[in-house]
Amino acid sequence: MHLDHPVTMPHRHTYSAEPLRADGSLRAFRVGLGGPVGSGKTASVAALCRTLRDRLSLAVVTNDIYTREDAEFLLREAVLPPERITAVETGACPHTAIRDDISANLEAVEHFDQTLDPLDLVLVESGGDNLTATFSKGLVDVQIFVIDVSSGDDIPRKGGPGITNADLLVVNKTDLAPHVGADLATMAADAERQRGALPVVFTSLTSDDGIREIADWITGHLTRWRAKAAA
Amino acid sequence: MSPAALLLLADGRFPAGGHAHSGGVEAAVAHKAVHDINSLEAFCRGRLHTTGLTTAGLAAAAAAGCDPLMLDDAADARTPVPALRAVARKLGRQMMRAARATFPSAELDRLAAERPRGAHQPIVQGIAARAAGLTPEDAACAAAYEAVGGPATAAVRLLSLDPLAASWLLARLSTEADAVAANAAGAAARVKTEGLDALPSASSPLLDITAEQHAAWTVRLFAS
Repeated sequence: MHLDHPVTMPHRHTYSAEPLRADGSLRAFRVGLGGPVGSGKTASVAALCRTLRDRLSLAVVTNDIYTREDAEFLLREAVLPPERITAVETGACPHTAIRDDISANLEAVEHFDQTLDPLDLVLVESGGDNLTATFSKGLVDVQIFVIDVSSGDDIPRKGGPGITNADLLVVNKTDLAPHVGADLATMAADAERQRGALPVVFTSLTSDDGIREIADWITGHLTRWRAKAAA
Repeated sequence: MSPAALLLLADGRFPAGGHAHSGGVEAAVAHKAVHDINSLEAFCRGRLHTTGLTTAGLAAAAAAGCDPLMLDDAADARTPVPALRAVARKLGRQMMRAARATFPSAELDRLAAERPRGAHQPIVQGIAARAAGLTPEDAACAAAYEAVGGPATAAVRLLSLDPLAASWLLARLSTEADAVAANAAGAAARVKTEGLDALPSASSPLLDITAEQHAAWTVRLFAS
């Protein structure tokens, strides 16, 4: 690993997303979940917690827009103990808190890193926002953008940074497609046109195993990230 | 000094967490005390000459090289309610992160080590200004401007006010903000001979009371 010479960079610090902490240990892997209101972000987080909590040490940061509802939903559903769930307030601008000024979210994830040991994975859920909201690379290692078929099957065609650039695009509520007249094949073709080789998962989180593919994608990234950081 | 460094430090986009705070205006909107541009101007003017003057004094003193730990105690003494002390330290932590990344300095590192849970934000801002080669009056100016810029931006979001009118409001207050900054810097210069009591201690009891109430709300857009 390359290390900066202490004399030439006397004030070099890790402020945001460097994988190693000050003591040289590895911090938790950070996954951002973004997407429009009602697409299933909180449902994804809850399902991920239920699926992964026996294998990994998890924590969740929610970015509610004007309530603590998402955090309270996760608490009520008891997907994790309360000390592993926290809410960040975003001053009416959820995209600012995950992209332009990530300081409150960084504080929240670092607090978990300091108080929960071991900690493998932190899920950062954005407040429901528009198609342009993406996470800063200073905050998360990979990001998932969650949309759903009932908001219109033209969303992948419309694109935007979330659709185009997210490391994983999740199209949720596929079970509703026949009822809302959504054409899944068109959505898949549009998504591929927008994203090239970047992966897309079509799922229904209400089905028993609806989260498995997403959970596997995350654990795969976690394994590779750790291997890379340790190299 | 570098005027560009001052603009950077005082820019609302400086990533130091301020965007999630309303400077008390969310509570004032709920009480209907702020409901249009004129009432917003009155709110901002009041905040400028109370909280703004006090924080500008602390920022100027920190930029002048006063002992930051003593200033931190002085800030506690000037912040009667726990909710606002907690906010000041949280914003201080966030300002510290942004300042160390932007204007690396041994003084910032030292204060970060001595106050790991955060020093009061204006003190961190003052030391950041010092690290950026700015004067105490510059630091005071940044603090005074922030005392009105934060609530004005928040009110635009909360009340759907015309952003152009809000910008004009800030321009109208700019002469007063400059005067507050000059006042604060003058007080900071007297600390050497008169001690920390020379620093302004203007307070706004209503902001203190409503901040404490706001902190207990379960539904809110802003953290303070």
